[in-house]
Amino acid sequence: MLTVETFDTLVQAASAMTPQSRYLGGGTLVMRGVNYGDQSFQRIVRVKDRSLREIRSEGGRIVIGAGATMANVMAASETAFLANVARQVGGPAVRNMATVGGNLFAEHPYGDFTTALLALDATVRLSDGSEQPIESFLSSRSSMRGLVASVSVPRPMGDEFRFRKVSRVKPKGVSVMSIAVWLPRQGGRISQARIAFGAMGATPLRAKSAEQALDGVNLDAQGIERALSVATTGLNPTDDSLASAWYRNEVAPVHLRRVLLGEESR
Amino acid sequence: MVKTPIRFTLNGSETALFVDGGANLLDTLRRGVGDLSPKYGCGQGTCGTCTVLIDGEPHLSCLTLAETAEGRSIETTNGLANGAELHPLQKAFMENFGAQCGYCTPGMLMAAKALLSKNPNPSREEIVEAISGNICRCTGYEPIIDAIMIAAGQLRGRVA
Amino acid sequence: MSSIEFRKDLFADERDDTLKEIGKPTIRQDILGHVTGRSPYFDDHLFDGLLHMRCVRSPHHHARIRSIDTSAADRMPGVRRVIRPEDVPNNLNTLLSLINFGKDDEALLQGKKVAYVGEPVVAIIAETERQARDAVAVVRVDYEVLPHVLDVEEALEPNAPVVSETYPNNTFDYHDLYDHQKLRFGDVDKGFAEADHIVEGRYQMSPIEQAPTETCGAIAAPETNNRFVCYTSTQALFFSLGTTAKLLNMPSSQLHFIGGTVGGGFGGKVDSLHEPLAVLGSKLTGAPVKFTFDRAEEMQVGAPRGAERWFIKDGVMNDGRIVARQFTGFFDSGAYTRLSSYAIIKGTGHLPGPYSIPNVASNVYCVYTNRTPATAMRGFGITGVDFSIECHMDKVAETVRMNPIELRILNSYRDGDMKAHRRLAKNTALIECCQVAAGKAKWPISADAAAQSSLQGGGGDRAIIPETVTDQAGRIGERRRSKIPTAPGEGATSKGRVAAGSSVAPIVAVPPQRDDMVIDPSRTGHRKAGAGPAVPPVQATPQAPPRYTPPTPAAPVQTIPSYTPPPAAPVVQPSQPAPAVQPPAPEPYQPSEPFQKGIKRPGVSRFISGTRRR
Repeated sequence: MLTVETFDTLVQAASAMTPQSRYLGGGTLVMRGVNYGDQSFQRIVRVKDRSLREIRSEGGRIVIGAGATMANVMAASETAFLANVARQVGGPAVRNMATVGGNLFAEHPYGDFTTALLALDATVRLSDGSEQPIESFLSSRSSMRGLVASVSVPRPMGDEFRFRKVSRVKPKGVSVMSIAVWLPRQGGRISQARIAFGAMGATPLRAKSAEQALDGVNLDAQGIERALSVATTGLNPTDDSLASAWYRNEVAPVHLRRVLLGEESR
Repeated sequence: MVKTPIRFTLNGSETALFVDGGANLLDTLRRGVGDLSPKYGCGQGTCGTCTVLIDGEPHLSCLTLAETAEGRSIETTNGLANGAELHPLQKAFMENFGAQCGYCTPGMLMAAKALLSKNPNPSREEIVEAISGNICRCTGYEPIIDAIMIAAGQLRGRVA
Repeated sequence: MSSIEFRKDLFADERDDTLKEIGKPTIRQDILGHVTGRSPYFDDHLFDGLLHMRCVRSPHHHARIRSIDTSAADRMPGVRRVIRPEDVPNNLNTLLSLINFGKDDEALLQGKKVAYVGEPVVAIIAETERQARDAVAVVRVDYEVLPHVLDVEEALEPNAPVVSETYPNNTFDYHDLYDHQKLRFGDVDKGFAEADHIVEGRYQMSPIEQAPTETCGAIAAPETNNRFVCYTSTQALFFSLGTTAKLLNMPSSQLHFIGGTVGGGFGGKVDSLHEPLAVLGSKLTGAPVKFTFDRAEEMQVGAPRGAERWFIKDGVMNDGRIVARQFTGFFDSGAYTRLSSYAIIKGTGHLPGPYSIPNVASNVYCVYTNRTPATAMRGFGITGVDFSIECHMDKVAETVRMNPIELRILNSYRDGDMKAHRRLAKNTALIECCQVAAGKAKWPISADAAAQSSLQGGGGDRAIIPETVTDQAGRIGERRRSKIPTAPGEGATSKGRVAAGSSVAPIVAVPPQRDDMVIDPSRTGHRKAGAGPAVPPVQATPQAPPRYTPPTPAAPVQTIPSYTPPPAAPVVQPSQPAPAVQPPAPEPYQPSEPFQKGIKRPGVSRFISGTRRR
């Protein structure tokens, strides 16, 4: 039997969490489990604190509250560079509900926003104040204790940050894959690029071989050639009802090229 | 079973009732209050037929924990007409074949209402975006988009 | 706005153009309810004390059930009743038993052997849906997992797992004789031998889920006088009623079914899976019970349009005339029959598509596999093979380097042509469709193709049923013993021939059983229909393509005025030798308790009340 426990602060909620508890953010993941009789939890924990939705600048970084919805991200001037990512998560109703914190835990094939956070080298801040890089957070999220309070990301310059979601249904469909790239440049050449793929593994994953292959090259068809050839190294796509692993591996370099060169998708 | 009291405004009327732990807003509206206009289609946020407006914004009632509606204002298709006078969206859907089986219609109307309240003069693309979370299986989207365009025009005329 | 163009210039003399509604905008009679959210779908009926039913479902493709332990579920909070397979009064049915077609093969709740993922085993009724789900989670079913088969051709291997004990050969039994539906018209082998080209193709489609926005479901509640009301999403109200009466061994007069408001169906809401369990649950608890699919069940358990695989082999002349066409078709029925057996009859009647081909042969198999049972969906039985045929026509066009639309016009059927299922084609319009489509698509066609007409060039020797080669390969059970080919005629130890016949009147494969089943021409809207035989005047038109004529044409036997159907086959099944035995006299109908009401005639289901729909 399900019970709901409501707290004033995230710290209180975190101390009440048990293995039988699930923290309710926007509801799009937890309530789906409730509606389908998920037996892995019997307690729903929620927090009334509206400050969890805040989006603000802090030093050189943008701090996004875990309770901020995709609609909040689209509306805030600080996160204008992420508006295009948030817009591609579900329809308007989903975007009014789905939170950034929830997206961090969304299982394949969801989690497009987290793919962008991974490319931007976000830092995840927990309710106890501790922080960890998003990459290590994602690799251990299934066993993590505590609650996420916020994430922070640097503000990319100009067109350094790009995102594309590939889906079969237009205008809105679930990801065949999503691709986020952060391409800092020094003297016209790419330096320390980050490439993240969503729906190409159990969690969003970095394409580290491709990142290295971009180091020091020009952002043109010739420069990216080697990166495309190793685009899927380290990724681990699976077959699902949207696409086979084979298909995902075959088309990933094509979509990566389009993102890198700013080509229109066809 | 533990029941929790909640209060909200439904189509302008104060409403209070007790809900089970974990009850979603869709079941609460339908079986608790008796407003049958929002429909169940998937229970997982993919179809949009349960769409209601909470404080004017579209939400999926099947994924909304009923308790989170405490103190908020909810609108459903049931409250769209003003007495016997249909809302321009309802009229436009009627006259332009915006509904065949009618099952997605309540969600479509709510999504459209939310759009027009913020954007009285939407482009076709903006309408497509606004109803992109609502699946229709038989009417076809074109007549629905047409109906929303026509209703937008009528609403603008009414304001002018 | 979308627009419809009416080409009233075509076939103008065939109809009275007095249409009052068609072509004019009208407002749907039910749309006010739709836009106000007040249309009463099955779930829009409120009952005090409504109980909720959920099913324990098979996680395996194929498994024997050793035991079912529901004791923990009995003790769960809110549980009112656990329904086990033995609680279903008459726990075996096939949908088409209502029209006496096929054997009962499917249990409402399966207690012996599950044959697809999602097959229901136990139903649990609780006070809330969540409680029902929680109770489902604690039911323990001990399965012995069996080998499964998921491919139609693998299922026909001699050593394939047996999907259904009712059909141990993994195929539906046609006419108590063959493991497939045969169609034979002319001599395809001779056609292939004389053709300039042989064009072969393999086509297949996956199952397609109808995916209505409203999931299938029903609410049943006790009424007075031992009656039960059932609000249902069914697309086939009396079908669901008859099925419920049969499975629950109840007179249909105790069932008050209310439907008609359906949130999308597309064929997926005819299987009557929910009404019997909802009524049974209501009977066992004395309370209103709701039983519905959630979305995941609708997609996984709800019956889709079945998968199909088609092999087509054409014999084609250099000028594009198709002189022989052979089909080998496999319908994936899933684990049970539902409507696939019927889809094949329908599909076979459609072959070889809207074309006039003098030699046609087809074997179509209704194959059981350990997949979700298939059912109806918009044009099922036709759409898959039409897709295959039209892909194949393009392949033929490429082979003979011909304009694909001209190829279709050349081979198109025309009024008065004999179809392979031995009915004369009438009201044909493919040529005109091709001409208009070519115009719309700005696809150039020759002046000759543009001048063709469906009204001309048909009939004459194209109306003759050719001498037909028959075979008896593929008898029921033969394929279990040894691997035999699936294509028509292959593997036959001997072949027979049925003499050519000619026709002067429309041929009816199954004569009307009653006077009131004869079509009243005034009701069809075609003036020609009442004006005598449907054979149009035979005109020697210069532009009509010569239909392929065999080098030694069989002389039409003038003494055979019409085709006499063989006794066992509702669709043409030429057997060899020509049938001589009369069908056995039907046994007198023996009504059994409790079906005192309803129709008591042989050949008509006792589970349907009222007069037969015309």
